[in-house]
Amino acid sequence: MRRSVISFTVFTVLLSFMLFGVTTYSADPIRIGFNLEITGAVAGYGQMGWEGAQLVREFVPMEVLGRPVEFVLVDNKSDKVEASNATSRLIEKEKVVAIIGPMTSGAMIAAGDIAEKKQVPILGPSTTSPLATQGKEYVFRVCYTDPFQAEIGAKYAYEDLGARKAAVLFDIANDYCVTLGQYFKDSFEKQGGDIVVFTQCSAGDQDFSAQLTAIKNANPDVIYLPNYYEEVGLILRQAKDLGLTQPILSADGVDVDEIWGLAGSSIEGLMHTAHWHEKAGMTDVGKKYISAYKEKHGGEVNSFGALAADCVLLVLDAIERAGSTDPVKIQAALQATKDLDVVTGNISIADNTAVKSVVIREAKDGNWEFKSIVNP
Amino acid sequence: MNASVFFQQLINGMSLGSLYALLAIGYTMVYGILRFINFAHSDIFMVGAYFAFFSIVIFRIPWPIAAILSIGLTALVGMAIDRVAYRPVRDAPRISALITAVGVSSFLENLGLVTVGARPKAFESPSFMSKLFHIGDAAITGVAIWVPVITLGFLIVMMYIVYKTKVGMAMRAVSTDIDATRLMGVDVDKVISYTFALGSALAAVGGILWACKYPKISPLMGVYPGWKAFTAAVVGGIGSIPGAMIGGFIIGLIEVMTVAISPGLSGYRDGVIFLVLVIFLLLRPTGILGETLKEKV
Repeated sequence: MRRSVISFTVFTVLLSFMLFGVTTYSADPIRIGFNLEITGAVAGYGQMGWEGAQLVREFVPMEVLGRPVEFVLVDNKSDKVEASNATSRLIEKEKVVAIIGPMTSGAMIAAGDIAEKKQVPILGPSTTSPLATQGKEYVFRVCYTDPFQAEIGAKYAYEDLGARKAAVLFDIANDYCVTLGQYFKDSFEKQGGDIVVFTQCSAGDQDFSAQLTAIKNANPDVIYLPNYYEEVGLILRQAKDLGLTQPILSADGVDVDEIWGLAGSSIEGLMHTAHWHEKAGMTDVGKKYISAYKEKHGGEVNSFGALAADCVLLVLDAIERAGSTDPVKIQAALQATKDLDVVTGNISIADNTAVKSVVIREAKDGNWEFKSIVNP
Repeated sequence: MNASVFFQQLINGMSLGSLYALLAIGYTMVYGILRFINFAHSDIFMVGAYFAFFSIVIFRIPWPIAAILSIGLTALVGMAIDRVAYRPVRDAPRISALITAVGVSSFLENLGLVTVGARPKAFESPSFMSKLFHIGDAAITGVAIWVPVITLGFLIVMMYIVYKTKVGMAMRAVSTDIDATRLMGVDVDKVISYTFALGSALAAVGGILWACKYPKISPLMGVYPGWKAFTAAVVGGIGSIPGAMIGGFIIGLIEVMTVAISPGLSGYRDGVIFLVLVIFLLLRPTGILGETLKEKV
């Protein structure tokens, strides 16, 4: 009886300590919203982004201005309408000071309108389409733009691969793919090359044999596939089955672990314009990210997680410099970002876009091999 | 377009079309017997592919056993769906059953998203499916040869079941007059249950073959093939099993030839297919081989 009374007292004291401990620290967290593609057609990107953002917690203290930082996640279902709904919800109901995501340009164009109106900064980790930030003050992009990426791709095809005839197969249902396809065409033609086939598919398509047969018939020197990984995986397999042997060039959308399984052995030799590579220079925080990633998830690190992690670091830095959690002040601080070390390199913000270099990589023996780096 | 390119495109179209045909047979069979379009068919197709994926890739069950197992399991899922979702609305107006089917379809898709996740999974097809054959310049994968053979095989099996067996006779009786059939002492619910089992088994075969040809499976993989197979069933004449086969090939060929004739317009190919659906619904709702019916859903 006495023993139980003692243990009860000890327990109560311990419990009140714990409660006190918790209440003193969790007074008023700063909330950062995430508007990500957790389900739907391009769920891979959102899930990787979320993984990457979570990983930052492992090596960066989640505290700024003496207050803890909290992440609030809303799924935008890879849908444009859902993406703008998610933005409204994060701003009005969750009272976030900044939003990270969506990952894809189309969803960002929709979400950005809302954020712009409500004057809350929104950062796209991988929203490469120029339309995403066009005419917007509160929308940021933490990667290069598609015109730049496509131009580097076209240059690489023309100069390094020596291609004079190119075929383009792009997905018309996504702004990202359309922009890349169009800019690649313009840039390749400007250099004196010839686009022999300019053909489309649509997100969710699974059969590309008709387009690929047309490409085979035109016999180009290089094939440009600026599509998301789900399509690229199947296209590569079907291209190989049809006996296409030309080098294939893609963009940053294929940097997803699943591509290796989806494409099987047909991925060998695929080249693409990417955001980073270990051999292209590493920051301290980048090294920490890679080791934390390998410890937690194993396998290869992907760009999308790393870019989302960059967004977290950018926002934390901006809040710190702004000395305030007022979204308007955070926006001004974000625009003034200079020489900040993030996971994928050292970046500054100009025109609401991170100034970043393009890395070209090639799939070899189950790994992305470093080919070259092009600075802006 | 020279002859060898045309030949290659013809092969592309036929191999795609035979997959649509296999799915269309499932739509048409349930329609022929129950006068109701099972919109969940395309999601049962997805369920079949996932059963095969789990038994082959995760549990490492040998291929033939895994295929039979997943077909059997999918048939059970089909029967369960009928028991839970369709039987309670059997006597309600037909439109209720149709809306229930749309609901089941949406339920299965979202259940898939929650349980297996939205990220696509890579399917492992057996070597005889991915083997490559060459005829002149044209390349054919094993699956493109197997699919029409298997589809034709199932067509014959289905025709046999429906026209030559006792269960088939009961199915046809149900399709003519459900009340009269019940009065004759036939267990109507059981017959309908068998119909769903057969239809779902067909969907599973379609799902597995689809995954062999396009080895990327995701919870929404059935949506587009489902719509196109439904179009094929309408074009061929919904309710007619050989019609579904013909419709499937027609849709597959239209899809491929649209791109073949004008690669620059390939973005419109789905539009062309659904335009065909609209034209058929307006001008010949009974399709190529369909019988004239007084009521359509």
